[in-house]
Amino acid sequence: MEQRELAIRVGSPALFTIVVFVAWEIACKAFNVPLAILPAPSEVFGALWQYRKPILDNSWVTLWTTLAGFGIATAFGLALGIAIGWHRAIYAGVYPVLIGFNSVPKVAVVPVLILWFGLGEIPAILTAFLISFFPIVVNVATGLATTEPELEDVLRALGASKFDVMRKVGIPRSLPYFFGSLKVAITLAFVGAVVSETVGSNKGIGKLMLDAQAAFQVPIVFAGLIVLAVLGIALYAATAVIEARFTGWAFRGQANR
Amino acid sequence: MAYGRGAAAVRAIDEVTLDIARGEFIAVVGPSGCGKSSLMRLISGLHPPASGTLTVEGKPVAGPLKSVGMAFQNSNLLPWRNAIENVLLPLEIVEPYRSNFDRPRFAEKAKDLLHAVGLAGFTEKHPWELSGGMQQRTSICRALIHEPEMLLLDEPFGALDAFTREELWCVLRDLQKARKVTVMLVTHDLREAVFLADTVYVMSSRPGRIVRRCAVPLARPRELEVTYTQPFQDIVHELRSLIGQKH
Repeated sequence: MEQRELAIRVGSPALFTIVVFVAWEIACKAFNVPLAILPAPSEVFGALWQYRKPILDNSWVTLWTTLAGFGIATAFGLALGIAIGWHRAIYAGVYPVLIGFNSVPKVAVVPVLILWFGLGEIPAILTAFLISFFPIVVNVATGLATTEPELEDVLRALGASKFDVMRKVGIPRSLPYFFGSLKVAITLAFVGAVVSETVGSNKGIGKLMLDAQAAFQVPIVFAGLIVLAVLGIALYAATAVIEARFTGWAFRGQANR
Repeated sequence: MAYGRGAAAVRAIDEVTLDIARGEFIAVVGPSGCGKSSLMRLISGLHPPASGTLTVEGKPVAGPLKSVGMAFQNSNLLPWRNAIENVLLPLEIVEPYRSNFDRPRFAEKAKDLLHAVGLAGFTEKHPWELSGGMQQRTSICRALIHEPEMLLLDEPFGALDAFTREELWCVLRDLQKARKVTVMLVTHDLREAVFLADTVYVMSSRPGRIVRRCAVPLARPRELEVTYTQPFQDIVHELRSLIGQKH
């Protein structure tokens, strides 16, 4: 049973990935697709290996700017989410502004950031932060707002202060929402960092792809895409593991097989 | 005493005086919507009265009373805490336990209490691993852990099946006997009220007021067998007729 479970969880995604790449390879060869339009996986992985040094260097930059932006977004999102969930007046005041802010496409903000901070990592970090904090705020605030009044009553009947209620009930209760939002936020932070690199930067996978595109080195562009996909999966998986670790009680349905 | 605000305010409870002796077990019964639960929420201080005053031991009640423990129809256990941790919750809030929180000692105390209600072996379980009856036992332990002077129970057995309910009557009976805590039980189960209480108060609806104070003459502690005797049935019958009536 255990082995079968493992085979399904590891085996089937691996198999499916291989099938996709094989189909892609066959399609490219069968229809004789020009290299400049869609390179076959063999060429993409060839480029990946050949240019592994610059790709690795630039991936590292993208990775750490993403994580830095994500880290700031987590701290800021958690704090603002708690503040919004704390009181209706703060909620009413801040929420419309937040929605307005979130509606602005972040690509449009990057030039401003570059103007302020120059080319480099800081615009990428800030873009990652700006794009990813919103879901964290909304989820934490929702978790707090949907706390069952009965649970709060238990504490209030004991004479607990608002702060106690928040600490003992509100915050633990909203942790599953918080960790759930991290999975969304990490993906967005990644998008933010790459978008910023693509608009204007001197380093990072986005910049590398932009340069490769200008030089018509299409396999490198696709190699960049593959790297982005792999990084995205890794970051998502990391937050999913953290989520399961801290909020197992909320997923008891799946845990008690 | 009115309940609610402005135009929506309902005159929920007319003048109600409950004389409760220390260590007494009283039950409040009445038709649904008569203000039983409102009365309890007012006494606990969870809800301030919109008009009128409320005094306990001659002092007006301004906020939640520290010396009460409450249990509700739903166990309201925190799902991320196991049974012991749930029982410990009041000690993390109420003084003087809060300032010198001694976890090993308090955990021992919580464990003893859980053992006393028949939950030995379930102390490390989370709420979803406990049956409804077990959750309610845990909830009662939580209401008692900080040694309140008064236990307020709002239909605590309402959601349980008949057999579990009778089992918990006995648990509550034994706990009250052992700890000599004052208990106020709100219920609409007349057998429950007569079986457990020294004194049963009958409330009428809108506005809620006490229409009858009935001391239960049956000797205590009572066994479940008592519920099938004629004197017991007679009291239940009499109370039932009071509730059906218009006043």
